[in-house]
Amino acid sequence: MDLTYTEDEEDFRHRLRGWLAEVLPGLPDRPHPADWPGRRAYDCGWQRMLHDAGYAGLHWPEDAGGRGATPTQHLIFLEETERAGAPYVGAGFVGLLHAGPTIAAEGTPEQRARWLPPILRGDEVWCQGFSEPDAGSDLASLRTRAVRDGDAYVISGSKIWTSHAEIADWCELLVRTAPVNTGTPKHRGITWLAMPMDAPGVTVRPLRTLAGTAEFAEVFLDEVRVPVTHRVGEENDGWRVTMVTLSFERGTAFVGEVVACRRVLEALARTARANGRWDDAVLRRRLGRLAAECAALWRLTQWNVSEAQRTGGVPGVGGSVFKLRFSQVRQELYDAAAEVLGPDALDAGQEWVADRLSSLSYTIAAGTSQIQRNIVAERILGLPKGR
Amino acid sequence: MDFQLTDDQRALRTGMRELLDRHFPRARLRAVVDADAARRGGAPAGGAGAPERVGGLDRVGGLDRGLWRELGAAGLFALRVPESAGGVGLGLPEVVLACEEAGRALLPGPLVATELAAGLSGSLAVGAAQGETVVTALHEGGTPVEHLGSADVVLVLGPTAVEVIPAEEAALSAEPMRSVDPATPLHRMTPGPTRRGQAEGPGRSGLAARLWREAALLTAAQQLGSASRTVELAVDHAKRRTQFGRPIGAFQAVQHLCAQMLVRAESARSVVYAAAVTEDPGDIAAATLLADEAAVHNARDCLQVHGGMGFTWEADVHLHLKRAWVRAGQWQSTAAAEEELAAGLVSTVETCL
Repeated sequence: MDLTYTEDEEDFRHRLRGWLAEVLPGLPDRPHPADWPGRRAYDCGWQRMLHDAGYAGLHWPEDAGGRGATPTQHLIFLEETERAGAPYVGAGFVGLLHAGPTIAAEGTPEQRARWLPPILRGDEVWCQGFSEPDAGSDLASLRTRAVRDGDAYVISGSKIWTSHAEIADWCELLVRTAPVNTGTPKHRGITWLAMPMDAPGVTVRPLRTLAGTAEFAEVFLDEVRVPVTHRVGEENDGWRVTMVTLSFERGTAFVGEVVACRRVLEALARTARANGRWDDAVLRRRLGRLAAECAALWRLTQWNVSEAQRTGGVPGVGGSVFKLRFSQVRQELYDAAAEVLGPDALDAGQEWVADRLSSLSYTIAAGTSQIQRNIVAERILGLPKGR
Repeated sequence: MDFQLTDDQRALRTGMRELLDRHFPRARLRAVVDADAARRGGAPAGGAGAPERVGGLDRVGGLDRGLWRELGAAGLFALRVPESAGGVGLGLPEVVLACEEAGRALLPGPLVATELAAGLSGSLAVGAAQGETVVTALHEGGTPVEHLGSADVVLVLGPTAVEVIPAEEAALSAEPMRSVDPATPLHRMTPGPTRRGQAEGPGRSGLAARLWREAALLTAAQQLGSASRTVELAVDHAKRRTQFGRPIGAFQAVQHLCAQMLVRAESARSVVYAAAVTEDPGDIAAATLLADEAAVHNARDCLQVHGGMGFTWEADVHLHLKRAWVRAGQWQSTAAAEEELAAGLVSTVETCL
């Protein structure tokens, strides 16, 4: 068990810190959250800077235009950028973390050449069309239909919870190409397509969340034509193609968030000292307990990343365990923030209040806590399949 | 960074598990527990169990000194003693792994105090490393003393000073309790001549501070071992026990209890192992908090999964819960650990995170 970083790793950290110190002061002001074109320009501009400095696609394989960094280097990158207050991946999220890796793993040479470089350069933005109104946790029951017509698929249906749909160029879309027959598993018959968001028949409707902002959208598809050449993987094999992306997850998914938790916690303590609530031992102890939770999340991250490094990227069992604890702690953190704020906790203009509202999605998004517990019970603990 | 067990550490863990299986099989645990039950059988609740006699004799309810010597001969107490001094020459992480296995096996006895004493130089606790001398510990906060009746000497940890005194001397200001844990006899300390220099909170320094931190960490490691074991016990039971025509482990309500148990155990593991590497007081406080929580709550959930069987003396579940209660906050109270971590939030020292 070794928690010290190698000389190479420290060297990587040092160079990254130097670069961040140099470029961050020159960044433009962050756009308003409702200014979608502004957000796209800002996020893509940052991605371009990363690209030009050699940090784009750090965790992507080198033959896909990435840097082939180790999981530990990726952890250091995410830790240092968050600590330095660098921009979040933002609009680049789906391209860099889902669609890109999927194309890198399963795409043809032509598809890789067409789609990967613009993702790395920050030229093109992707969104994700997976969930549907009737297919959330049970994603494999999705019903958006694609019918082959010559050299194109004709697609009708609707998608939901699509981030960045308003500003995306492409959508990684899961569609049903074979009806659900009795006896055939429903995850057979799904196909992965790259859909241009400006295709006729695509309608995007922003979805207002309980936080009052439109971070997601619904995407309605009315006989949208997508060329067959935009299919990645075989027809009806899209479920497997999508799952391949999971092998790119190497324990680093929440590195920045854990660093942010610690920063917020320290800020809460400072605020509590300033407003006198620090004198309340119950509150102090609550923050102390959260510090222990943050420490555990960080060590769990290091543990999972080290495991990924040893196994060469095969996802370990730690992901669901981590997410269950993390999402709970994240919500408890902002509940504690509300106590520190006192009456100001009812002021929706406060940053922590907005974050508190956003944190409510953590136990739902990317696999609800209930689904995560099912996964832990069945796949890790080996309990019989549940009902 | 390579925050995973090394091959040697895995081998050590396997070796420890086999050693404990061999020398302390379940039958030996049940013999201790059931002897306690028999002794208490006729006594009304709250009545006197036979008071512990001081002097380190083999006796009912006391420590099995034969077992202690066997474990000593196998090197359990000498893992950190240099090879030149007849020890195994390993480090704190390895002792943590060994303590985890001991916690898993519900090994009775003052393991932590004996291990700490074995590492002390000079003639403070001769024979501790070999399991010939049984060492228990006395520290601040009014925590009851384990196995005083079976101990030869007592390690007294003050704020700055470390002493080793004869158990008879400590016994002068101790009175036996009817311990909640049938395998861990406890004495309550009363104010008296042997209670010297004990203070709560910060101000510890030097050797005393180091031993105190290590004691907290090794105790957390035992809690972790128990927390992992109760996950296994619950899962095994949930797979075997059938109701409504299916294993109860097929019901999500039961599955989710088990899943949360694993989350608690693995969260505790990450921070206990990290504290073993860093020996940082903040990490140790976090390890104490999460390991105590994991041990106590996992035992509770394990009991729940076992249903009515979990409420019996015959099932081992209650032994995990009671031992977890004995260990929780044993070296650093929950409040003190939380306060220490809170103080760390407003200190200017940069943390690893």
